[in-house]
Amino acid sequence: MAYLEGNNLVASYGVVPILHECSVGVEKGELAVIVGPNGAGKSTVMRVLLGMLEATSGSVTLDGKDISMLSTQDRINHGLAFVPQTKNVFPSMTVEENLEMGGFIREDDINKTIDEVYELFPILHEKRKQLAMQLSGGQRQQVAFGRAMMTKPSVMLLDEPTAGVSPIVMDEIFSNILDVKKAGMAVLMVEQNAQQALNIADKGYVLVSGRNEHTGTGRDLINDPIVRKKFLGG
Amino acid sequence: MSESIDIINAFALLTNFVILPALSYGSQLALGALAVTLVYSILRFSNFAQGDSMAFGTMLTIIISGYMISRGWTITGVPTALLAIPMALIGMSIYLLTMDRLVYRYYRKIKAKQNIIGITASIGVMFVTGGIVRFVLGASAQRFGDGERFIFSVREFKAFTGLEQGIALKTSQFLTITVAILLVSFLFYFLQRTKTGKAMRAYSDNTELALLSGIDPDKVVRITWLLVALFTTIAGTLYGLDKGFAPQQYHLLLLPIFASVIVGGIGSPIGAIAGAFLVAFSEILLTYAYKKFLIYLLPLSMHPNSLVQLIGTEYKYAISFVILVIVLIIKPTGLFKGKVLDE
Amino acid sequence: MNNINNVWELYKTPISFVIMGLVLLFVGFNQSWALALGIINLSLISAIMALGVNIQWGYAGLFNVGIMGFAALGGVSVVLIAQQPVTEAIDAGGMKMLFSLIFGAVTIIVGVLLNRRGVNKWLTALIVVIGYLITRYYFSEAAGLIEKVNPAITGYLGGFGLPVAFSWVVGGLAAAGAAWWIGKITLGLRADYLAIATLGISEIILYVIKNEDWLVRGLKNVYGLPRPVAYELDMQKSEWFQNIVAWIHRIELNLLSETQKAVQLTDYVRDAAVVYVKLSYTGLFVLILAAFIVLSNLALNSPWGRKVRAIRDNEVAASAMGKNITRQHLQIFVLGSAIVGVAGALLVTYDGIFIPTAYQPLRFTFLIWVMVILGGSGNNMGSILGAFIIWFMWIQSGPMGLWLVEMLGNYIQEGNTSLEFLEDRVHYLRLVFMGTILLLIMRFSPGGILPEKNKEL
Repeated sequence: MAYLEGNNLVASYGVVPILHECSVGVEKGELAVIVGPNGAGKSTVMRVLLGMLEATSGSVTLDGKDISMLSTQDRINHGLAFVPQTKNVFPSMTVEENLEMGGFIREDDINKTIDEVYELFPILHEKRKQLAMQLSGGQRQQVAFGRAMMTKPSVMLLDEPTAGVSPIVMDEIFSNILDVKKAGMAVLMVEQNAQQALNIADKGYVLVSGRNEHTGTGRDLINDPIVRKKFLGG
Repeated sequence: MSESIDIINAFALLTNFVILPALSYGSQLALGALAVTLVYSILRFSNFAQGDSMAFGTMLTIIISGYMISRGWTITGVPTALLAIPMALIGMSIYLLTMDRLVYRYYRKIKAKQNIIGITASIGVMFVTGGIVRFVLGASAQRFGDGERFIFSVREFKAFTGLEQGIALKTSQFLTITVAILLVSFLFYFLQRTKTGKAMRAYSDNTELALLSGIDPDKVVRITWLLVALFTTIAGTLYGLDKGFAPQQYHLLLLPIFASVIVGGIGSPIGAIAGAFLVAFSEILLTYAYKKFLIYLLPLSMHPNSLVQLIGTEYKYAISFVILVIVLIIKPTGLFKGKVLDE
Repeated sequence: MNNINNVWELYKTPISFVIMGLVLLFVGFNQSWALALGIINLSLISAIMALGVNIQWGYAGLFNVGIMGFAALGGVSVVLIAQQPVTEAIDAGGMKMLFSLIFGAVTIIVGVLLNRRGVNKWLTALIVVIGYLITRYYFSEAAGLIEKVNPAITGYLGGFGLPVAFSWVVGGLAAAGAAWWIGKITLGLRADYLAIATLGISEIILYVIKNEDWLVRGLKNVYGLPRPVAYELDMQKSEWFQNIVAWIHRIELNLLSETQKAVQLTDYVRDAAVVYVKLSYTGLFVLILAAFIVLSNLALNSPWGRKVRAIRDNEVAASAMGKNITRQHLQIFVLGSAIVGVAGALLVTYDGIFIPTAYQPLRFTFLIWVMVILGGSGNNMGSILGAFIIWFMWIQSGPMGLWLVEMLGNYIQEGNTSLEFLEDRVHYLRLVFMGTILLLIMRFSPGGILPEKNKEL
């Protein structure tokens, strides 16, 4: 059983069914990627894992405990962290304040965690007094990761972290993600850029119409001729 | 009156009739404008009930200070209204929180188009509030200040400096400026330095992410209303001490207050303050009759016959409006880059 | 139960209007026909205003918080168009006033042109300020001269002495002009800019009316405005009218002796004359209201109207289709305000006097708003129904408040000051009452009584 697991999730928006018995999972220190065409329900999986959308059936477990009944807030308290696709920083607050807000619910001293984030992303330390909106796209993404890490999460959920950025910034962001993984967290992300994402992933899920179509290690999926043809453009 | 050019007396005249009144009026507007800014930033609507809320807060102060005076609970030299503010503040907080619970909260929960719905709802609240105030205190103007009227009077000033033209510092002016400085410093300290204040800024900046970070929205809203109660009650009381209390006049304060907020840039606290002083100084500079001032400055042959008043006092609210229009034409974001379009 | 619901759903518009009609009949039989007709006439004028606001709010979501100002412009037009000119005043200061106004207009135009040409800003400002000072100098002189002419009766320029019906058109045009100017500046920006700008312009229009005595006599009011219908006194004197009244009351009259008959008949004729005049107004207002409804329905079903509805139903999609929303909104805003202006002119025509202090934001802006929202925003019939209901409640809530106080008075001993206090203040509770109605409708029945059918397509 994986560290964070969604089992046979079924979910719908109103009367429109989105997920049909879809399962995903990720281990600590592992990077799992969910790919698939538009409307496959990739982001929905993430919303269900976070409790932002209620599943009609199926379960979400964290470290073997069922957390399906918990609110988003409580799941974050239990170690989940989420970086939304857009609007993932507080633009008119400084880098440091962004990190402070990330650790808002913590009662203990958060300065150590802030230092750890700075260690991971040294550029943020340099720009800690600058407003988030004054940073470049890649740096802002680092602030977003840093903010999410402030709760000292065991799992990091990323919703399309490279959407709408240039290829150079994309590489920068992927290397940031690998850094986060190295820090010992379980990282689960939804990605549009399937080829690049699967390249660095330990595990991959290909979703089609809310169903698991292919599952395997990143390398296996890239080498799978069907996956290549259908989802990676040959 | 002297026949030579007299810059010092001219300046004294200007200080007495323009600078001091504008500084205190500007401070009152600034406090009101900050209340509007807070509601806008957190609850995301323009609060049309602000003027009448200020009347409501002042009404509470008037009632409580009246009771205190009747009981003899006064301190010599200090306006009793000032001593009544803490109690009035409690009443105002309860009123605003009740209105939020009964009116605004529902629209937050259903995630309505908050600005447009909020404006309509706040117009409803505006009439309810204005109705209560007029029912309790009547619609006519009244004064409620007691205690010393001046920190120093024109006569004392003249005796002290030997100038022909005196300056008086009214207690209400002194109080207004001091209290405004204290309150604004408190607000900025609170928003920049405390965890709760930062949480409010975060909520205003990116509500979704604030929720994901575990910031309690209900608490943020509650604290916002408490701050609004503080600023509204004090702004209303200070304005009333300075110029007397009349419900209709408070209702119309909405115009200069909104002009301040928009000139400064909607949602920007610094902008609101800058806008308030801009509006206050424009209003008083343009409606001031410069005849005496020019007599001090010009040689006898050039002394003016008329009042040399640019705009009649009866049109002072038009000035706020014209400033508003000019800003909308030239720079709709305001001086400090507010939010121009609905999100 | 289910059946009743179905019937209501199908016929709610006629049912609502029939109920309202019965209530008014009840007032007519129990109180007086003059009162019932008075309520109907003011409801009709309110309905026209509500129609204008509904076009703005219901069709385009535009926030007009300055209805009072646009209505007041209509009122001013009645004075300026229909009153006889005051020749002495015109001789005294007319030319100077005309000169100062033209000079002021030229200053503004020059200022705008210089600004467009990119001439140095400070130079432009200087020219405008000097122009303003000269204008103001001649203006105050002219105003002083005019206001000195027989101030107890005139003290103003008077009007053009044209038929009063012209003033309705002019009132509409004046309101449309003000709306165009405000809309040009604020539309396309945030929704609250329009709201605050309309609030501001409406207060300023009122300040101008109250302070510029040379224009419409300021706080001294203008009396004896000409009427589009007959005068009561003339009716009482006319023989055919007396005959008709005598015929209507023939049974009662036949029971009386000749002398009593004459006295009674005079009474009947006096009452009937009042009713007749009010009825003629009712006819006139119904015609105008009907014309506006027909026109707005025609407009809504034209290609222009389809565009309006497309934008209303989905602004994002419409703008993606390249429709110019701001321009559309400007047109709607101007149209709606023009209708409000016409209604404002009708109101002053009906009153026969122009009283600037009668323009209260509550009476105009706010009540009209409640009418539109109660009736069902976006639905013209709803606005009309709302106008009738709210105006009826408004008229009846005054006496009802006093009645309540009197009931209370039975339990409090004579001469109690708190009772006098209540009698003095109770009418302010109408503000609270109307505010509460607005908030309740918004919260529990946002569609109003007659919700717009196709709002969500």
